[in-house]
Order: sequence, then C-alpha cells, then structure tokens
Amino acid sequence: MNAVVTLHGLYKDYETDAGPVPALRYLDLSIEAGEFVAIMGPSGSGKSTLMNLLGCLDVATSGEYLLNGRDVGGLSQNELAEVRSSVIGFVFQGFNLLPRASLATNVALPLVYQRVERRARRERAAAILQQVGLGDRLDSLPPRISGGQQQRVAIARALVTNPRLILADEPTGNLDSVTGREIMTLFQRINRDSGISIILVTHDLNVAHYATRLVYLVDGTIQYDGAVAEFHEPAPELP
Amino acid sequence: MILFSLLEALQAMAANRLRTLLTAMGIMIGVAAVVLMVSIGEGTQKQVTDSIKSMGANMLVVRSGSHSHGGVRGGAGGVQSLTEQDAHAIALLPGALLAAPMVQSGVQVVYGPNNWGTTAIGTTADYLQIRNWELASGRDFSDSEMQSGMRVAMIGQDVASELFGRDDPVGRMMRIQQSPFRIIGLLSIKGQSLDGRSQDDAILVPLRTAQRQLFGSRFQGSVSFIMVQAVDDAAMTPLQRNIGLLLRQRHHLADKADDDFSVTNMAEVTETASQITGMLSILLGAIASISLFVGGIGIMNIMIVSVTERTREIGIRMALGARRSDIMLQFLMESVIITVAGGVVGIFAGIGLSLLASEMFGIWAVITPMPIVLAFFVSMAVGVFFGLYPARKAALMRPIDALRYQG
Ligand SMILES: Nc1ncnc2c1ncn2[C@@H]1O[C@H](COP(=O)(O)OP(=O)(O)OP(=O)(O)O)[C@@H](O)[C@H]1O
Ligand SMILES: [Mg+2]
Repeated sequence: MNAVVTLHGLYKDYETDAGPVPALRYLDLSIEAGEFVAIMGPSGSGKSTLMNLLGCLDVATSGEYLLNGRDVGGLSQNELAEVRSSVIGFVFQGFNLLPRASLATNVALPLVYQRVERRARRERAAAILQQVGLGDRLDSLPPRISGGQQQRVAIARALVTNPRLILADEPTGNLDSVTGREIMTLFQRINRDSGISIILVTHDLNVAHYATRLVYLVDGTIQYDGAVAEFHEPAPELP
Repeated sequence: MILFSLLEALQAMAANRLRTLLTAMGIMIGVAAVVLMVSIGEGTQKQVTDSIKSMGANMLVVRSGSHSHGGVRGGAGGVQSLTEQDAHAIALLPGALLAAPMVQSGVQVVYGPNNWGTTAIGTTADYLQIRNWELASGRDFSDSEMQSGMRVAMIGQDVASELFGRDDPVGRMMRIQQSPFRIIGLLSIKGQSLDGRSQDDAILVPLRTAQRQLFGSRFQGSVSFIMVQAVDDAAMTPLQRNIGLLLRQRHHLADKADDDFSVTNMAEVTETASQITGMLSILLGAIASISLFVGGIGIMNIMIVSVTERTREIGIRMALGARRSDIMLQFLMESVIITVAGGVVGIFAGIGLSLLASEMFGIWAVITPMPIVLAFFVSMAVGVFFGLYPARKAALMRPIDALRYQG
C-alpha cells in the first residue's frame, strides 16, 4: 500500500465560549500517491478544518493521521515544521506571498528553511518559475502582477521543495473563471507529470472536474467519496 | 541562515525607515550618554590620581594647631607650635626618609611692569625631593643660601609665564613684597592639586629667608607644616604614631593636654579621594544606563508592534517549514541590528560630546577603549534582551492562528 494520507476516526472540535463545536466527526479516509482529490461541501462543513489538519498546521482532537505512513499525532512543533517543510506544499486562496520580496525570493523561501545554500535556492526557484510560465519575472514584486500570476508563483513556491502532497484551499476562489481554469490546468499537469498528490478544496463543481476523485463533506462527515463524474451535487438548502 | 535573516531584517527595517530610525535613536542617546558619563567619570578619576601622584609618595603632613573634630584649630593667637628643629628630629625617626619644614603665605611678585599674586613657600631643598618635583632649569638652594637666608627663589611655571612670558627667568632679579630676589631655578610643570588649584602658581624661597624677611614677625623660628616622607608604604602608620609621640615630648605636653599639632596620612586622603571619584563614576554610569534602559524598552515596544503586524507573515513562514527558532532568529536579528546600529552611532556621538565637553566647559573627559567596547556589547545585549520577549511571542504562535489572523 502506498497511501500518502490515511485517516482513522479523525475527530476535531473547536473550543468556543458556548462549548465545543464539532467540525470533523470520525473521518476515515485514505489517499494514494498520485491522486488528485477535490473536497467539496457546504459552508461550515469542515473542509478548511480538514485541510489544516492534513497540513499539520493544527492537531486533531482525537483519531489517527498517518502522513506518508508516519503518525504525526504527538509530534512536537519543530517536528511538525520539519514534516511541513519536507512533505507538504501549500497553496492558499489569498496567495499569501510576501509583498516586499521578489518572485524568486518568495519561491525560494521554503528552501531557506531546508538550509539550502543561496545560489542553489535561486537556481531552483528560477527553474520552477520557468515551469509555471513566469521565468522572465524573477525580480518582480507580487503586488505588480495579476492574481492569476500570483497564484502561479504560490504554486511554484509549493513545488520548489518537491513535496509528496500539495494542499490547496480554494485556490481559484479569488480568480475569475478563465484564470481559474488556467490554474486548474496547471495543477492537472503537475499531478500528471510529477505524480505529486493534490488535495484541493473548491465550491465549484467545474473546478472539481479537473480532479480524479471527489470527497463531499456535510457537517464534518463524508457523504460522498468517488469519481467526480458520477457525483450529483445536492441542491443547496434554502435558508 | 544567519546571513539570510540579516538580509531579511534589513529589508523589513527599510520598509519602516522612520520607525526604525526613531527606535535606533533611543539606543543611540542611551549609548552616547553612557560613553559621555563614563569618560567624564574616568577623566575625574584620572585627574585625581594624577594630582595624587604629583603630591609625592608615602607622605605625611604635620600641621601646627590641634586637629579636633575634623577641623584644624589654630593655637591661641595663631601661635605656630612647630619648629625647624621638630623637622630635624622627625627626620631621625626610624621609617622616616626626609622631613621638610615649611611656611607659606600669599605674596606679590613684580618683574618690570608685570605684577602677580602668588604663594611663597619657605622650605628646604628636601621639599622638592619629597614632592618628587624636578627643576626645569637652574639649580636648587645651596647650603650657604639656606644657612644665611639669602634672597634667592625658585619659581613655578605659572609664575614664570606671568612675569617673563617665554623668556628664561633663571638668573633674573624680581621683587617679592618689594625685596629684590634672584631667580636661581625654574620648576617643572606639576599640574593641579587635589583641590583643583595649580601647583605651578608658587615660588620657593629658603625657609630662613621667608621667616626673617618675607612674612614679617608671623613665623619667628616657627613653621606651619612639616612634610615627611616615609621609606615605604608599610612605614606610614607606625611613623605617624611615632611623630605624635615625639612631638608631644618635644612640646612638653601634659598627659591630658590636646595635641598642638596634627599628623595627616596622605595615603588615607588619597584613598578617600579615589573612593569618592570612583563612586561618582558609578553614579554617572548608572544615570546614563537608565536612558539606555529606556531605549531598550522602546525597542521592545516597536518589536511587539512589528510582530503583531506581521502575524500573518509568520503564519506563512511556518506553513512553509520555518521552525520556531527560525522565526525567533528573524525578529531577534532585527532588534539586534537596530540596537547595534544605534549603539555604534551613539559611541561616536558620545566621543564627540566628551571632546566638546572638555573643550567648551573644561570638564575632564578621558576616552578609553573600555567603555566604548563595553557600550557596543551592552547595546547588543540590550537588543537581545529586549528583543527576546517579542521574538518568543512570534515563535510560540500556533501556525493555524497566525495564518487566520486578520491584520
Ligand atoms: N477557529 C475556530 N473556532 C471555532 N469554530 C471554528 C473555527 N474554525 C472553524 N470553526 C467552525 O468549524 C466548522 C467548520 O469550519 P470550516 O472552516 O472547516 O468550514 P469550511 O467547510 O471550510 O467552510 P467554508 O466553505 O465557509 O470555508 C464551522 O462550524 C466553523 O464555524
Ligand atoms: Mg474554508
């Protein structure tokens, strides 16, 4: 078995003033290497919560999470940082680039925390930016380029460490549909060419169609898990 | 990694130039104050040690009049109880090397049209030896000049320049209180005494000349001081006691009578003086340190603001694999750069101010490398100390909270 992600009875609740709010209820899920998974579900169904747990940015209340076969429950903050650095690449809805650093510096940032030497960092960043079609904009600043271009830079940054898994929470949420399609094509190409697993959250079934598998969450439980083509989105509940 | 954080810190600082500048200014003022205060303290201390050294080594001073309750009380009708013979007797005590009797009084000296008020000291040739005072030119009193009380004088540098300008005074005649005196010697520069007066503003004449011809009837065979030099440091205390015993005997004092003289151990005086100046240095340094501390609080304040502002950025970095130590280093680096930059500028400002102070106000400021090196490392330490809390605050954030932060 070659699972990148294995969840057993993953449970997460948030402590609030009104008591604990359950966000994920006993999830069982397994994602193989090279899979491209879209996660959908109504607002508040726990998609972001799941992504944060998968990305080792937060820890589950109970249950088991194996990343690359390694149990990440009970790891220290530094060990989690190490796991994020070596296994995972993040793409955020709001791009989250450092506005004052050049594109090349932004892309190279994860390598800094892997203690890669400066020259090698820059070479690698240039090569990856080339792959996402921004090879001629190495020294531009993020605020000077379009949203679609910024998201390409963010994808390049996620790719630069050669991760096993890319996690993207609504990566097209801030983009128009045409640009969104370009970004999704890029994800598809990365998934096919390098076999990196991609897990992506979206509200748009059209976006989900670029994936090979769809997981549909409702109230913190999995309602559907299967091929995207066979999924029929339930009609949104009227408020 | 260090180099990278350095560059990043510089970038972050460049993005907030005014803020960085103002924060660094706080440190700069603090460091400048430390350097200034310490150099003033050191200057004062050096001034004191210099004048102590110029006083002569292992010296005891015997004074006429009793020394009670900290004050010198003159004998009835200003009678001077000490005599030249007392000095000779003291010189024969074990542990005593030399003893010079002396009288002194203010006089007017005149050369041509130049007129100057100074202090005349009537003493013996031993005086110069005890004070470790050399002649710049000319010669000492001869035995016959001492014996017969001839009108010869050695003059200090201040008197020489007042009366003769740049000319060589040796061999010339001048008037002291109307009487003509031949100048036989020019004393070397001695500098300030402990009370801040110039020791070079004085003239020396033979004891007998002063007693008989200069000071009228005030010192008929008596002297006001006897300067005594002990053979070494260890001999000082026993010698001081023995002088007391000897003089009581010589002056035929009854058992219950007060001393009609006092003996001061100059080593004790100098020790007290250097203790006081040492305390002054510490006090000045402490006052200056407060402003450095205030500067440090400024750093802490700004760094806390900076951490809060960049919470989201911290979250991004953590998501991308930054360890807590990486985040910590980043912010520490920033505060250390600010303080060290402020510190270096402050050092130069402090040196400048010290020079200005000694130039304009005649304050003694001595710049030594010690406080400068110290100020540098202290400012660095201030950066680490006051940067530590904000940096820890940044490093201990949970990545998920930092990422979710809406700035
Ligand atoms: N930090 C938090 N504190 C308390 N409750 C939270 C917190 N984050 C999320 N929740 C709650 O957990 C549940 C799941 O939230 P989550 O953000 O995972 O939903 P989502 O599926 O990503 O929604 P959306 O589509 O709006 O992004 C919701 O009920 C939400 O209110
Ligand atoms: Mg969400």
